Amino acid sequence: MTFETGVTFPVTKEMEHAWRGFTGRKWREDVNVREFIQSNYTMYDGDESFLEAPTEATDKLWGKLQELQKEERSKGGVLECETEIVSSLTGYGPGYIDESMKNLEKVVGLQTDKPLKRAFMPYGGIKMAVQAASTYGYTVNQDLVKIFTDYHKTHNQAVFDAYTPEMKRARHSHVITGLPDTYGRGRIVGDYRRVALYGLDYLIFTKEKDLFYCGGRNMSEEHVRLREEIAEQIRALKGMKQMAEIYGFDISAPAKNAKEAVQWLYFGYLAAIKTQNGAAMSVGRISTFLDIYIQRDLEEGTLTEKEAQELIDHLVLKFRMVKFARIPSYNELFSGDPVWVTLEMAGIGMDGRHMVTKNDFRFLHTLENMGPAPEPNLTVLWSSRLPEAFKKYAAKISVNTSSIQYENDCVMRPVWGDDYSICCCVSATQTGKEIQFFGARANLAKCLIYALNGGVDVATGEQVGPEIAPITSEYLNYDEVMHKFNAMMSWLVELYVNTLNLIHYMHDKYYYEAAEMALIDTYTRRTFATGIAGFSHVVDSLCAIKYAKVKPIRNDSGLIVDYEIEGDFPRYGNDDERADSIAIWLLKAFMKKVREHHTYRHSEPTTSILTITSNVVYGKATGATPDGRKAHAPFAPGANPSYGAEKNGLLASLNSVAKLPYEYALDGISNTQTISPDALGHSLEERKDNLWHILDGYFDQGAHHLNVNVFGVEKLRDCMEHPEKPEYANFTIRVSGYAVKFIDLTREQQLDVIMRTEHKTL
Amino acid sequence: MMSEGRIHSIESFGSVDGPGVRFLIFLQGCRLRCRYCHNADTWRTDGGTLMSADELLDKAERCRPYWGKSGGITVSGGEPLLQIDFLLELLRKAKQRGINTCIDTAGQPFTRKEPFFPKFEELCTLCDLFLVDIKHIDPDAHKSLTGAYNGNILDMLSYLSDINKPVWIRHVLVPGITDDDEALHKTRGFIETLQNIERVEVLPYHSMGAYKWKELGVSYTLEDTQPPAADRVKNAEMILNGLK
Repeated sequence: MTFETGVTFPVTKEMEHAWRGFTGRKWREDVNVREFIQSNYTMYDGDESFLEAPTEATDKLWGKLQELQKEERSKGGVLECETEIVSSLTGYGPGYIDESMKNLEKVVGLQTDKPLKRAFMPYGGIKMAVQAASTYGYTVNQDLVKIFTDYHKTHNQAVFDAYTPEMKRARHSHVITGLPDTYGRGRIVGDYRRVALYGLDYLIFTKEKDLFYCGGRNMSEEHVRLREEIAEQIRALKGMKQMAEIYGFDISAPAKNAKEAVQWLYFGYLAAIKTQNGAAMSVGRISTFLDIYIQRDLEEGTLTEKEAQELIDHLVLKFRMVKFARIPSYNELFSGDPVWVTLEMAGIGMDGRHMVTKNDFRFLHTLENMGPAPEPNLTVLWSSRLPEAFKKYAAKISVNTSSIQYENDCVMRPVWGDDYSICCCVSATQTGKEIQFFGARANLAKCLIYALNGGVDVATGEQVGPEIAPITSEYLNYDEVMHKFNAMMSWLVELYVNTLNLIHYMHDKYYYEAAEMALIDTYTRRTFATGIAGFSHVVDSLCAIKYAKVKPIRNDSGLIVDYEIEGDFPRYGNDDERADSIAIWLLKAFMKKVREHHTYRHSEPTTSILTITSNVVYGKATGATPDGRKAHAPFAPGANPSYGAEKNGLLASLNSVAKLPYEYALDGISNTQTISPDALGHSLEERKDNLWHILDGYFDQGAHHLNVNVFGVEKLRDCMEHPEKPEYANFTIRVSGYAVKFIDLTREQQLDVIMRTEHKTL
Repeated sequence: MMSEGRIHSIESFGSVDGPGVRFLIFLQGCRLRCRYCHNADTWRTDGGTLMSADELLDKAERCRPYWGKSGGITVSGGEPLLQIDFLLELLRKAKQRGINTCIDTAGQPFTRKEPFFPKFEELCTLCDLFLVDIKHIDPDAHKSLTGAYNGNILDMLSYLSDINKPVWIRHVLVPGITDDDEALHKTRGFIETLQNIERVEVLPYHSMGAYKWKELGVSYTLEDTQPPAADRVKNAEMILNGLK
């Protein structure tokens, strides 16, 4: 086929029918889902009274899934692992929640041939894939092991081929940690809506056109690579069609109704989770988009509200089933088997109209119809200008389920527009226009200790950082510490960015996300996400050194291992300028250093203050800090103030976090707060009202993110001691960056959550 | 003239001490010795931190974004009326700043005599809502529970009713001490004589403040008392709200 300039995909009668009643022109001629949404969505200002209870089919399927989940837990967390088939788009025949009930499933498609069975995904690293299976008693076929060891290189092997000794040391000492060098990097959100709106033929045509014009007269390395990638994308799109055919669907043409739109979209997402095991596999901003189809069917009289809710319930059921085989060290970092099927709703459009639709209520309502659950990671894009009825409903769901998170649309919209998705826990990315290179985090608390000890790691005595002169004075001097900390941070940031550059080069080469990239514009914008761990401890440590007297305690080798603190000092989390200004400085200083370096593939550097549950593991690997935190004690998660630091209550704490400038942490500033129901109000009505006022107040000040938990510490304690009680099977809590079933956390992490919650209640 | 108050502590987020989201200011000092007191560390009148009204209100206003239309500040204690001069200044300034105000009091310092009463009259013009504890309706039981008789406290409630000042009544429910039906009905009878009661709340007793008594070296006499059962709380709520 040749492509003349201006050639567009020939619109068939079938497509015209599928697009009946939709307005707007640009989205027809080019892939432009945002314009489609803006031209066609219906704002909803009412309350939740229209919502419908689950259908019998939903109850049956969810009942079956709960049985399977119970069995999974009783088998140590994994129901079954694949050992014979390499996961791919077409590797399996059709799979259903229950073969005998398959006609009840309004949305079909599983990652493997059986529910909750974990696929074999060797491309990230064969050793890890084998270990993940063997941890749960499964042995991978030796032929496959040989193929991916001897004949086909994996991402993991490639990264370790190229790592420098310094990188390996930093990785081993956990001063840089959580790097995506053993598994998929994730955080790339395909625009799965495109499958429904355009159908595969249109999308293949578009990519073929891109390939035709790519690099014709300038075959640079960059263009050669891109040409190969586009070809991979086209292959993936064709594979998606075959994958759908296995389930009896032809997705070459656009979806003609809501049921097809949900199914088509899900097939797009299924393609991603069959081919990638990224840490975060977000599905993106699909709620408003799907509402357009549902609304049209409702108006045409071909769908009832009951059926609409059933479609959404069944889609959510599928999101609750996404699984990857992980190794134990991964589970310690990201506890509770999270996959970050992050899904957004609400927000405000660039034209000022709110984007709340009935479908946003339907997605939240799944938490009532099928009870609380950690996945999908439901995310409300907040603005104080959202309709009050929606705010109240979201607050009600938070109070009752603790399963949703909130992000400030008013700080993200100016940067990312009105069609961004959250690609992991809290990080925004323009849907279909942009990808993110995920970059784990630098342990700044450890970096501070290195600054005191001349780059030597206390745990091993090894010289990891540069050999700058250690501090030898009797008391820590603020100016001296700042000077050395700055120098140590410069070293760390440079090494960190270079390590990420290397990892992402190899990931593109050996574990390219063809299925996701096929649903993203060919000429995509890229961000390069770094991250900070130990944030509050560095801030409080610097405060202690500045405002109190900190006397270091040295071991026999002269290394500082602990501190005596004389006097009181301000701490981050009390709306106290003295501490909060240091917090702002730290974020800005780190980000400025990141910007100094070359970042892979012309990507734009960003950072986050987000630890996920890894605050426990990072803390474990880190010695005592001058704020009084003991060696190996957990860090505060994300941008949270340290445990015990908040002396003036919730709002003072929120005010401190709200001061951090989002513009310097475009990858997100995560904050997790737990409020006991009694402290939030007397009745559900009061609790709802108080909660949405808190959200308004926090976000109107420019804060970025808030996880809201509403429960008391007694419940957590009882759940830890009696995980077998049926009422705890789905007890979900928000931790830094995602939601998790409390019973699925490690004991250490459960205790960490309890300790932090306890402090709040008293 | 700018004076300073003795402040026990502040709490940026209160949601059960008045309407909406509230900034709580706990003043130091109380003359009652309620046996169940969970803030025994607020008793001493010479303790606390000295702070000016403006200092407090500057802190409070950092929380204004969370208040919406209904929130504001609640001055509690200790017994806030013990520092009525400072309280007046605080509320005058709060009103100048357009802040909704509540006072959480047990009424013990109330009297219709000079110099207190004219000050209290002004206070009523500055306070949007009073939260008033009725600790026990019976004077002798009140004396044995708190160390003081309740005549002036009930008189304060009558006065607030006469001037039609909105009041929420609060009653701490302590098994064996304040939860017998007869006393509850009697309390309800008194409440029915008042015209200004917007809400009656039952606060179930809890022992979380017992450790503070120990820290003060005072013996805690409710060591063996358990929090009331849910049905007793419900019962008290029904009676005090005239539903039973």
